[in-house]
Amino acid sequence: MGKAFIFGDNVDTDSIVPGRYLSVSDPQELAKVCMEGYQLGFISKITAGDIFIAGKNFGCGSSREHAPVSIKAAGVACVIAQSFARIFFRNAINIGLPVVESDAAIKDIEQGNVVVVDFEQGRIVNLTKLQSYSFAPYPPEIKAIIDCGGLVAYVQTHQIKI
Amino acid sequence: MGMTITEKILAFHAGKRYVEAGELVTAKLDGVMFNDISGPLAIIEYEKMNYQNVFDKERIYIVLDHFTPNANIKAAAQCRLLRRFARDKQIKHFYDVGLMGIEHALLPEQGLIAPGELVIGGDSHTCTYGALGAFSTGVGSTDLAAGMALGKLWFKIPASIKFSYQGKLSPFVTGKDLILYTIGKIGVDGALYKTMEFTGEAIQQLTMDSRFTMCNMAIEAGAKNGIVPPDQETERYFAQHNYCNRQALFYQSDADAKYSEIFEWEVSSLEPQIAMPHSPGNVKDVGEVGTISIDQAIIGSCTNGRLEDLRAAAKLLQGKKVHPYVRTIIIPATQSIYRQAIKEGLVDIFVEAGCAVSTPTCGPCFGGHMGVLAEGERAVSTTNRNFIGRMGHPASEVYLASPLVAAASAITGKITHPQEVR
Ligand code: SF4
Repeated sequence: MGKAFIFGDNVDTDSIVPGRYLSVSDPQELAKVCMEGYQLGFISKITAGDIFIAGKNFGCGSSREHAPVSIKAAGVACVIAQSFARIFFRNAINIGLPVVESDAAIKDIEQGNVVVVDFEQGRIVNLTKLQSYSFAPYPPEIKAIIDCGGLVAYVQTHQIKI
Repeated sequence: MGMTITEKILAFHAGKRYVEAGELVTAKLDGVMFNDISGPLAIIEYEKMNYQNVFDKERIYIVLDHFTPNANIKAAAQCRLLRRFARDKQIKHFYDVGLMGIEHALLPEQGLIAPGELVIGGDSHTCTYGALGAFSTGVGSTDLAAGMALGKLWFKIPASIKFSYQGKLSPFVTGKDLILYTIGKIGVDGALYKTMEFTGEAIQQLTMDSRFTMCNMAIEAGAKNGIVPPDQETERYFAQHNYCNRQALFYQSDADAKYSEIFEWEVSSLEPQIAMPHSPGNVKDVGEVGTISIDQAIIGSCTNGRLEDLRAAAKLLQGKKVHPYVRTIIIPATQSIYRQAIKEGLVDIFVEAGCAVSTPTCGPCFGGHMGVLAEGERAVSTTNRNFIGRMGHPASEVYLASPLVAAASAITGKITHPQEVR
């Protein structure tokens, strides 16, 4: 559960983690610069459990996994968007950052609304407006990765099975 | 129902006779590439997976091109990690400073990509190799780690969009202009999750260098991959570069293959294009932009640092000087391009004109080093992205264009149609 931050369309990975910070790989260090290209010092606004709400094509641009890693390490619980850039989507699933596509949610949720995501039920609940929005479940192949907590754990448990 | 080239390549690698868009498959990989940005994270994740050996020492390609020659101490540490990994795992195709070139120019040139192959890379512009009729796409570090361990990965079969370009391009109009025009038309999410298949008369007339430029920027429309049907030009290029004795498979789309959209454009009267800040989709004719003075011009990158690009720039710069207020930085994409540029006298022309010529590196393209912009500065660049802060300060601006437009602009000090400096 957390407060919603609203972003527009086409938020690119340079906004999430600018190129100049790519010579680090440590999640805690990357958390400090989360959304730094979008707004300097953005991290000071985030508390653990908060949720990002975005328009089309969230995470477009580079393949840098630093972007979802930084969002996750900053404590963001979920990114809800109208659509995601495909590499960002894959990366998020692989590292265990929940990402959900929902038109209805992004149209209705406003800045600062308190939101909780129920992955089992496939529902997003807006506690401020007392509204809920459903989203399509993941295909089983992807759900298997999520259920393991990411691709590393998935490969460990399934070893050569993939 | 027939299949597209992309579907055929993925079907083959998944051991299936038929696949269609939307299906999830597990497919074998012919190559896994990473660099000094995606590599360190990939290695950390790979080590957690507890695999002793990579799936194939000759099919992992490591290129230190982003922050190299080491731009700072942190970058040096990242590169050291990759150097140790490469030695430890006896990675055959490891490219360090001195051998290194920008990955997407380097791999095809070294014969590491064959038509019909399936390649993943830890860089979004991995889609470049589609120019050879291969399926290649960018992934993140954890996918790289899994790919490196297993030699396979899951893929969703993308729907394809067909682009058919009719007519003959006028002089001063290049592959870069065609792709900028295309992104301007369909938008930066116009091909989200999909394949961009580039076909038609104008594509057949393009050199491989220009085809690489076009496929390189497919990701800028959100595409999973770009692809050009292989033809004689592809065969010629591949035969010339097949140093690794790779088997090529030349796939063509079936006449009844399914496309989610088809665009047909007549491009004979297309003008040089430019993408204005801060989106590769914010495209105009160069002639329409009015007076925009610039502080820096960059000619290079995985988009436009190939020989054809340097030759085009040199043609305009020969016997001229760049504007005194414009830092003009020219970066041949690989060592062999660099060497050829020296042999042909291009480097001489550049230095004589007042340009800085650098060893291959991504450097300024992503705001890493070697030409970072200050607050309020503007650059014209042959690279592929002009997001806010891409090349430096968040209040700097990047204009994306062809090498001809960049060179012309370097001479006059403002964004200029190449025709004006002939
Ligand atoms: S030249 Fe630019 S776009 Fe190409 S790989 Fe390097 S940083 Fe990425």
